[in-house]
Amino acid sequence: MARTDFGPPHYSTLIPDIIKENYGKWLYHEQIRPGVLKHVSETGAELYTVRVGSPRLASIDFIREICEIADKYSKGHLRFTSRHNIEFLLDDQELVEPLLQELAQRGLPVGGTGHSVSNIVHTQGWVHCHSSATDASGLVKSLMDGLYDYFVENKLPNMVRIAVACCLNMCGAVHCSDIAIVGIHRKPPRIDHEKVSKVSEIPSVIQSCPTGAIKPNPKLKSVDVNPDKCMYCGNCYTVCPAMPIADPENDGVAIFVGGKVSNARTAPKFSRLAIPYLPNNPPRWTETVEAVKHLLEVYAKNALPGERYGEWIERIGWERFFKLTGLPFTEKHIDDFIFAPTTFRTTTQFNW
Amino acid sequence: MANEEQKTPLLDQLEEGRWPSFVKEIKKAAAKNKKAEALLGQLELSYTEKKVHWKHGGIVGVKGYGGGVIGRYSDLPEQFPDAAEFHTIRVNQPAGWFYTTEALRKLCDIWEKYGSGLTNFHGTTGDAILLGIDTDKLQACFDELAEAGFDLGGSGSDLRTPSCCVGPARCEFACFDTLDVCHEITMEFQNELHRPMWPYKFKIKIAGCPNDCVASIARADLSVIGTWRDAIRVDQEEVRAYVESGFDIQGMVVDKCPKKAVKFNAETREIFIDNETCTRCMHCINEMPKALRVGKEGGATLLIGAKAPIVKSAFMSWVIIPFMEMKPPYTELKDFVRTITDWWDENGKTRERIGETIYRLGMPKFLRDTGIKPVPQMVTAPRANPYYFWYPEEVK
Repeated sequence: MARTDFGPPHYSTLIPDIIKENYGKWLYHEQIRPGVLKHVSETGAELYTVRVGSPRLASIDFIREICEIADKYSKGHLRFTSRHNIEFLLDDQELVEPLLQELAQRGLPVGGTGHSVSNIVHTQGWVHCHSSATDASGLVKSLMDGLYDYFVENKLPNMVRIAVACCLNMCGAVHCSDIAIVGIHRKPPRIDHEKVSKVSEIPSVIQSCPTGAIKPNPKLKSVDVNPDKCMYCGNCYTVCPAMPIADPENDGVAIFVGGKVSNARTAPKFSRLAIPYLPNNPPRWTETVEAVKHLLEVYAKNALPGERYGEWIERIGWERFFKLTGLPFTEKHIDDFIFAPTTFRTTTQFNW
Repeated sequence: MANEEQKTPLLDQLEEGRWPSFVKEIKKAAAKNKKAEALLGQLELSYTEKKVHWKHGGIVGVKGYGGGVIGRYSDLPEQFPDAAEFHTIRVNQPAGWFYTTEALRKLCDIWEKYGSGLTNFHGTTGDAILLGIDTDKLQACFDELAEAGFDLGGSGSDLRTPSCCVGPARCEFACFDTLDVCHEITMEFQNELHRPMWPYKFKIKIAGCPNDCVASIARADLSVIGTWRDAIRVDQEEVRAYVESGFDIQGMVVDKCPKKAVKFNAETREIFIDNETCTRCMHCINEMPKALRVGKEGGATLLIGAKAPIVKSAFMSWVIIPFMEMKPPYTELKDFVRTITDWWDENGKTRERIGETIYRLGMPKFLRDTGIKPVPQMVTAPRANPYYFWYPEEVK
């Protein structure tokens, strides 16, 4: 038997020499141009980072291609970012321009730093997940094609972090993103009464429901779902495969805005509902791409320099957010889940 | 082995456009690998039908491990026999996601031999993901990965693979060594990482400063976020250089300070920071990294409980330990992880994240049981109601 529990390779064996020599000694950094950072150390050493967008779902050919680039320009070292970008780490300024040229030639976009849209963090979608309400890779590809200029340029008031989750499980930090796109269902699960008790434990299925919509059905050794209480989270399906909820006609995406994780200036925030539903429209998800572009453009036009999406909305108020974006405000925007009262207005201070 | 009959008109449209195309990636793999080719076909069908075609994961794995491999089966095995089994291997990534090309090529060679040739760099939890392998090849694939120095990450109800920001490797904001903490914690809890034994998943994310580039406050059951206890370091020479460069210190820094703790003297062109009022949000440092630095007395704030909405709402992590020194061998942190996970293991229900357990039973009980002292940093405000418990030892 192979050895086990030996852990990941130690980072010290994988970092380039310039980082080894200046580890913990970095003094400051600047953005030379979008996608290119210069870090300067107390020792005077200069490190150049070139950030490149990736499709995240990559073939080994792609990995070998970026290895080839890293061998040529960054002494066989590279890293990935928490947003699926690739970073080449150069200790020689002379090599930055040739690297940029080569990346352009290979069609690899450089950007994602500063006041930009960085690569979209996303989940598996139809490519590899069983509970997805939408695809993630195709949606993200379509979005990044549409937002390409915002990746390679710094045209926004501040950074905009976009994330896609293909279902409400939200693998990843989708719920605290400037713009969050979430795959949703809109109808209760269908129950295969024959199979329920064979593929799951009924008490676990009942307990899995956040709204108490699932009741036992002892006659059929199964469960029933109260359609008035179900809000289609799909958690029961995760516990019980005999309760499929995927629905080609009714599944789609919702868009939330104004979240962030950074503590800079204002506290981290949850993203909040802007658009309750847009249809799944593969392969290009045109409505969703247009909606996100619109949300981005209204922010870019109206926010003050340095304001994050949620900070802008907080300053102008949600009333004006809906006015400026032209999005309808509906009953769907008023919370009726567990912490709903914390979102109700308890002051006469509001805008018209 | 391009299959003449397999047409993918919908996916083909995603080869267009300026952003790198995952469809091109699948096609590259499909040219050499039947599993990748089958995936392409099944995905095209999903695009046609607007419906996923993967079944619930079954139990698969390698010897000695309970997690790290996720079973994935097609619900159309007759139509796509090569995708009938399409399991995921989670490979524990090196701290900070640094690689040598030698290490990456080793991964590619192994994956070429056993799997579909498709990967995620990386999954949202942090692992390098190998996407699509048959059950009977899992053990041999892992054996070779192990030989090459790559261990598995977490899956199921276990410690999920910890991840961290780039930290002191390339960031002047790092208040402690995030990579070292990430690696040490990963090594310390190998058993918890590889053998699901808890009520549900448990994520640890480690960020070097309050900018939180790994989104730990939103998604980690234990968020470790760098901060400092002393004063922000100011280089007045560099402040003047910013002024001379035309940078609007008043507008971009002073006016935006959330606590109004920054004063700028336009005459002497100096900055003064009231460090007692400052809440270390990073804004001024982010704006003027050449002139301002995080304090020297670095450490971390420990926060607990973040999670996405499933089941009963999303939480962000709550401050539990306002400041912990992060000095090797990180005994205090390791003990803390044991204390809280033991408590959760005792008190949590199945599929209940630690934040939900604390919410259900109450923060006071959690603090009492774990022996953590209540401090004002834990709350934005004290409670507004008189409904609190007294214990027998507190009354006559």
